[in-house]
Amino acid sequence: MKTMEFTRRQFLKGTGALIVSFNLFPPASDLFAQATVGPGSEPDPTSLDSWLAIAQDGTVTVFSGKVDLGTGVETALAQIVAEELDVPFKQIKMIGLDTTKAIDQGITAGSRTIERGGPQLRQAAAAARQELFKLASARLNAPVDTLAVKDGVVSVAGNPAKKVSYGELIGGKQFNVKITATGTGWDMKVAPEVKAKDVKDYKVVGTSQKRVELPAKLTGEFTYAHDVRIPGMLHGRVVRPPTITSKPASVDESTAKNIPGLVKVVQEGSFLGIVCETEWAAIKAARALRVSWSEPTTKMPADAEAVFAYIKNTKSLRDQVTVNKGNLDTALGQASKTYKATYRWPFQLHGMMGPSCAVADVGKDRATLYTGTQGSFDTRKAVAELLGFPEKNVRVLYRESSGSYGRMGADDVSEDAALLSRAVGKPVRVQWMRDDEHGWEPKGPAQLDLARAGVDAQGRIIAWDFADRGFPLTAASGRGLRLLASRQIGMKPTADGNSNGTAGGGEIYAFENQRCAAPLVPWVQTDETPLRTGYLRAPGDMARCFASESFIDEIAADLRADPVQFRLRYLSNNQRAIDALIAATKQAGWQERPSPAPASTGPKAMGRGVAISNRANTICGAVADVEVDKATGNVTVKRFTLSHDCGLIINPDGLKNQIEGNIIQSMSRALLEEVKFDGTGIKSLDWSSYPIIRFPDVPEIEIVLINRPEMPALGGGEPSSAPIAAAIANAIFDATGVRLREAPFTPERVLAGLKKA
Amino acid sequence: MARISLKVNGKTQVVDVDPETPLLYVLRNDLQLNGPKFGCGLAQCGACTVIMSGNAIRSCVTLVSAAQNQPVTTLEGLGSTKKMHKIQQAFVDEQALQCGYCINGMIMTSKALLDKNPKPTDSQIKEALAGNLCRCGTHTRILRAVKRASGQKV
Repeated sequence: MKTMEFTRRQFLKGTGALIVSFNLFPPASDLFAQATVGPGSEPDPTSLDSWLAIAQDGTVTVFSGKVDLGTGVETALAQIVAEELDVPFKQIKMIGLDTTKAIDQGITAGSRTIERGGPQLRQAAAAARQELFKLASARLNAPVDTLAVKDGVVSVAGNPAKKVSYGELIGGKQFNVKITATGTGWDMKVAPEVKAKDVKDYKVVGTSQKRVELPAKLTGEFTYAHDVRIPGMLHGRVVRPPTITSKPASVDESTAKNIPGLVKVVQEGSFLGIVCETEWAAIKAARALRVSWSEPTTKMPADAEAVFAYIKNTKSLRDQVTVNKGNLDTALGQASKTYKATYRWPFQLHGMMGPSCAVADVGKDRATLYTGTQGSFDTRKAVAELLGFPEKNVRVLYRESSGSYGRMGADDVSEDAALLSRAVGKPVRVQWMRDDEHGWEPKGPAQLDLARAGVDAQGRIIAWDFADRGFPLTAASGRGLRLLASRQIGMKPTADGNSNGTAGGGEIYAFENQRCAAPLVPWVQTDETPLRTGYLRAPGDMARCFASESFIDEIAADLRADPVQFRLRYLSNNQRAIDALIAATKQAGWQERPSPAPASTGPKAMGRGVAISNRANTICGAVADVEVDKATGNVTVKRFTLSHDCGLIINPDGLKNQIEGNIIQSMSRALLEEVKFDGTGIKSLDWSSYPIIRFPDVPEIEIVLINRPEMPALGGGEPSSAPIAAAIANAIFDATGVRLREAPFTPERVLAGLKKA
Repeated sequence: MARISLKVNGKTQVVDVDPETPLLYVLRNDLQLNGPKFGCGLAQCGACTVIMSGNAIRSCVTLVSAAQNQPVTTLEGLGSTKKMHKIQQAFVDEQALQCGYCINGMIMTSKALLDKNPKPTDSQIKEALAGNLCRCGTHTRILRAVKRASGQKV
């Protein structure tokens, strides 16, 4: 049986690097990082050995608390470490996250890993480099300031024969050095007193290193969470109610009993699952089980109209005001013209290609999990609470899953696997079926955005009022919220949910009188429904940006102003935003004129639209070129141009890959995606009832990377999802004069607009 | 249960399974071939694609009994990290994936395409891959990789 443990160990042996035991629990007191870990305790961030280790052959092993979610961030982090230590990139080995060996650097999410986790690893590497120079100084009998390093070999200036390698200095031994580390998770400051390398000396950062794990992914040798097999492992499936968490009123096992390999039907509270010897038997048995569910105490909303009415009319929990300046009411009263519009965004799916999957091995007082969670330490906390174990008795081993885009911050399946494993006393692998995933994943929630503005006699915007109304995000592991299995066995949440973000409401512009807010409305049900809410790619930004960037476009069109020039008037103090807007429009060959374009005579109408965004200080400019079929209402995006400024760029091609992905996924969301439901449940339960973009509809993509070596490296990729829908909506308007205020931009909606025009 | 003889990646192996089991689960769990992936179980996404008798098929809806004695090729049958098939190498060259969960289907579908049509046009590649879903949005790179694998200028 081939498992990740085996291959990793062989891999490390093969490179002559340290040998790490991944199978033992509690961990053996090996060399290096693990030696800083006492039984049941965690690596100490103030010990340099907790961060990295150098083997005799010079291989640098990094115990990163960040994970690769299929975005290539592990490669980029390895570049940062290689750069700081001055070792060849290929000599860096990133060890998959294991909660008994890694430092908790916080959840991997929001495209913020390079921004937050990068400096933590960089500073740890800088501290190691400083220590290695001290050791070299003693060994070579030369002052530190006469030393230089290249490819992991330290030599004396002017006397290159006097040299020593990192491997010779420390290989196989611990540093035994304390560094400073204050704060926790994303906010941890690691060795800030150590001077890092000057950016102008960078050789590895800024180059397009190829992704380290791609070859194994392309040949079937890579071990995804879905591929983990451990001895004695059984297969589980969950059986969930179609609507809300009602109890199984009766469970008829008779039809499942005949299936060979059935081990157990597990019922705990309203949690219901099956464990079998084979995966196919588990699938068959879960389908065969006849369950009648008790009447739900709360109903699903009847339709989208009901959801939007609820959002509009319900008092908010908190208003999340991000900008509040001047006097809006006075300004609106004095305005020579006012504007008002409402925009709608639907519930959408993450739609992981591989449904959730985890393996749990639960013993009497200990548990081990293999999962693709975005927050290994969050999963550890959630599962520990679920099982009633101390956190230190739960070990989480990260195994990369299907791309999750925020979904695996709510690691439901680990809890399912833990309950089933506990029930049978054996390791259990659980994979959700497609309808489980579509039906029960925590969805990107609906948003209702209300915008008002006023312009003066010169056509200058003097008042801007933007409110993005929506739901808090209630599905996340280990933050006082409870996931499905926890809820089903009766555990109650202690928090009311997290923010769905606030950016994209027009705060990128400077208006004299301006208010931008994102009021959170409590979600309807106290129990979880399939319309549960979770973090989805740049949470909330896409909808807010769609609304605010459509709204400013509407005003520009009404005033017969070019949409780019009109925006530039209000970006006076924001040079990066100006640069991004100009870079994108220049690349796209933007012709200055107001929208809409002069009416076309043929069956197809062409148009272009622009939008800008700022997410977590990463700025994007976007231009969509679209073609609208006047007879069918079908929208084809012909070309998408995007400029992207995330400060210092670590890996240009890796960044481009992420941006391309965000453009295509966001196009899909803008044009096609909406979760369908009624009072009885979710209707979008597979890929035919929830279509996503396909190859024939993918446009030509052009990306302009704006590198700013003078700035820190910020988040890349996800921020580019924000302006996509707005640019497309504005292009549809430019082509046809039809203003769409509700996503997705389906042919029906476009056609309805064309008929009205 | 039934004993079924399979010819996978040039090797004949006998498995003892429920004959109604979809081929996918046998490949993954009995033969430990992790290339093909479960994505939907409905033949909608393509993550489970293998080549059977020269055609790209969805192993999640193909009964193992139907694969009896038919030559089946999985991703592992094309090449390994030590010796990659030209399509796999082209995907490395173009860095044509992100999470890679769908990529088995992309490669196996492309393999079947290139076997029948060694120099496909852009639109023929798009058409051939129209039934394969990718959620990360790596489409433009995948198209370039397939074109590169066919020896045409990218």
